[in-house]
This record gives sequence, C-alpha cells and structure tokens, in this order.
Amino acid sequence: MDRDATADVNAPHSMGTTIIGVTYNGGVILGADSRTSTGLYVANRASDKITQLTDNVYICRSGSAADSQIVSDYVRYFLHQHTIQLGQPATVKVAANLVRLLSYNNKNMLQTGIIVGGWDKYEGGKIYGIPLGGTILEQPFAIGGSGSSYLYGFFDQAWKEGMTKDEAEQLVVKAVSLAIARDGASGGVVRTVTINSEGVTRNFYPGDQLPLWHEEVEAHNSLLDILNASSPEPMST
Amino acid sequence: MSSIGTGYDLSVTTFSPDGRVFQIEYAAKAVDNSGTVVGIKCKDGIVIGVEKLIASKMMLPGSNRRIHSVHRHSGMGVAGLAADGRQIVARAKSEAHNYESTYGEPIPIKELAERVASYVHLCTLYWWLRPFGSGVILGGYDRDGPQLYMVEPSGVSYRYFGAAIGKGRQSAKTEIEKLKLSEMTCRQGVIEVAKIIYGVHDEAKDKTFELEMSWVCDESNRQHQKVPEALLEEAKAAAKSALEEMDAD
Repeated sequence: MDRDATADVNAPHSMGTTIIGVTYNGGVILGADSRTSTGLYVANRASDKITQLTDNVYICRSGSAADSQIVSDYVRYFLHQHTIQLGQPATVKVAANLVRLLSYNNKNMLQTGIIVGGWDKYEGGKIYGIPLGGTILEQPFAIGGSGSSYLYGFFDQAWKEGMTKDEAEQLVVKAVSLAIARDGASGGVVRTVTINSEGVTRNFYPGDQLPLWHEEVEAHNSLLDILNASSPEPMST
Repeated sequence: MSSIGTGYDLSVTTFSPDGRVFQIEYAAKAVDNSGTVVGIKCKDGIVIGVEKLIASKMMLPGSNRRIHSVHRHSGMGVAGLAADGRQIVARAKSEAHNYESTYGEPIPIKELAERVASYVHLCTLYWWLRPFGSGVILGGYDRDGPQLYMVEPSGVSYRYFGAAIGKGRQSAKTEIEKLKLSEMTCRQGVIEVAKIIYGVHDEAKDKTFELEMSWVCDESNRQHQKVPEALLEEAKAAAKSALEEMDAD
C-alpha cells in the first residue's frame, strides 16, 4: 500500500481537469478547474490552466501538463512573429490552426486536449476545440478534460445561442463546479477568462464559494482552529 | 531620362557615383517596352486588363496568357519578359499555398504582395543572379476588402487605386485618374479598362493585340476569374466605338 502511494508522486503531472469554452453575444468565456494531479497526489490545487497566447487569444489546457505547456509556448512564439509580420493582431483561427498543426504532426508523442478561445475584429468571439489526435473543430461551445464526461448532458440542456456575458459566465461556473463534484481528477477553484472587443477579464471563484450539489457537504474551516479557540489547554472540554 | 552608366552598369551589385543601380534600371526598361497592363480598384473589386501584343498571326487566340490566378482570391497581370513573369507567378502561388497550409486562412493580399516584392528584391542583391525583367500588377479580395498592388523589378511594392505598366502607361495613368473609382462597380470598370487599353494601343507602331481581362469582385463571388465572355464582348464593342468617336473628331 505504501509503495503504491509513493510511486504516484513520481508519475508525470497530468491535469485530470475540466475545461470549458463558450461563445456569447459579443465574445467568449473560457473556464477551468485548478487541480493538477500526479497519480492520486494533488501536485497543485490552485493551478492556472487558462494560458495566454496573445492579447486577444487564450487557451485552456488539459492532458499532460508538460505537453500542453510546450505546445502553448511554441504557438505563442509563432503567433508573436506572425503578428509582427502581419502588422495587426492574429485571428483566433490562425492561433487554433497553429495549435492543431503541432498536435497533429506530433500526435505520437503528445497527449493534450486544448480549447482555443478569443476575439478578433473579423469574426468576433470564436471557440475551437482541439482534442487528442489533432482534429480542429470550430464550435459554439467546447468542453474537455476528464470532468467533461459529466457535462455533455448538462450542456445539451442548458446551452443556448446568444447568451449575455453574465448568463454565460454563470453557466461556465455552474458547469465546472458540477464536474468538480463528480470527477475526482478535477477540483480546487474555478477560474474564468472573458475575452471581447473591450479586452480580457480574469475571474476567480474560490472552492468554498461554489454552489453545492446533491449530497455535497458544506465547507468548513480547518479543525486546527479548535486549538486557537478560547481554552489555552488542549484536550480540555 | 535614359543615361548610360558606363562602367557602373556591369553588375547589379555595383552602385554608380550618383547612387543608382543601373542593372535594375535596365530591367525596368524591359517592362517599359512590353504591352500595357492596367489595374483598377473599384468599390466592389479589382479589374485587371492587358494589351497582349500578338507576335504572330499563327498564334491561337487565348494562348500566352498574361494574367494568372495566384490563389482563389487573387490574380496577377504580368508585363515584361514572359519567362521571368512566369517565375514570379509560380513563387506567388507557392507563397499563397504555404501560408494557407500553415495558418489555415487565405493569405492576406498585403502579405502576398510583401512576399512577392521581397522575392523580386532578393534577385537584385547578388551578382550571380539577375533582376527580374518583369513587373506585376497584383489584385485580390480578402477580408479587408479589394486591394491592388504593383511590384516593380527593383522589388518595391505599393498599394494603388489604379496602376499601369508597359508601353502605354503614361496615357493609361492619365485616363485612370479621370475615373471616379470609388463610385464605380467592377461591371463599369471592365468597360473603362477596355476603353483605356484600346485607347493607348498604338496602331502605327505595334502589331495587332488581344485584350485580356480578369476581375475579382462581389459579382464573381470574390474569386479571381476571367471576365465573362458576354461582358468582355460588350467592353470591346464599347471601346471600339469610343475610339471611332475620337477619330471622327
């Protein structure tokens, strides 16, 4: 039993993850949980899985943490050069294409599921899903990561075209917290990034402020607080 | 206008004392002596027209095309040495294809013009290469609307409302300046370009010519294509009657 536990600590960092990208009337909202696990051990309980590529394009990363970081570093580098050459911001489509070329051409070595989302002046807000093999699919909303399995039915029912920014944000937070409730590999906090013509806004929802679902228990403070309570002597009633 | 660069004109890597590279200027002369190429930007697209001088009566009409499609959304009219022009077109096609394979969208016309220009310029930098003896007028329609560029043998490229190269470029430019391009549709533009080409053709000095025209506009669904037969005939007829009116004066 002990041997199994320690073996996990050396396993490669994988982001079990729940990642989401939705379009709304005027832009896109990207959302993600914050758990990075190595086997059963939570290596980082507050990681940021939403990564910037350019001023107007961000991605949600899932799968192998190392692979998704390397892919996003390369694409950021290429997009930077492309922006200089073009003389104007890159479009979301171009960013998504660069991600998928790397994903597809290195499919034997990589294990990444990526959602690309952003806003450009030609097409407005766009979401592109790029799952494991390197397919690219433009979608009104995209979900990914291990936690997404529990969200397909939810989105079939809850998704609508042309939501407002607030409606879309609430949908994303609700969805990620539902997935966190059911998926052991997702957890921590919910981070969202909103991208539209006005710019980019980051939001943070701490774990203890998320809605509670069926059979979930309210969060309470650490039991260590008992020690700081009135009596200076421990173990006295 | 012409001057001899005795001694300083033997290599494209030699400057003259007054700061000129004569080889490039001589390359431009090859363009100046060829049939006229005209391009205009109308409010809904681009029209390119070429005065294709026919060297021999044995040639099949429609052969030796001077206008080529570079990509779905863009085309080039070529003046000067035909073989050099073919090379430039091939390069442009290749750049357009590679861009789309990498970035997943059709190459912006501005980017295409810059790449063609820098390729042409490249060939003016080394002594073992000679400059291209041809200039091109590149017209295309991308997400920023219709755009017209001209690339000269020196490698400079500018964006234009109306451009002309070749023998009759001076009078062609004068005629283009008289047009109100921002109010004109491509349908009307085709007629005007035909009139200009017929107008600048010198019957006395040159042999017969064939009018070649293409457009890329809203009506052609933003695809670069030959101007449809019917419209081409209409344009030719209008141009011929305009000429007769002028002669009648």
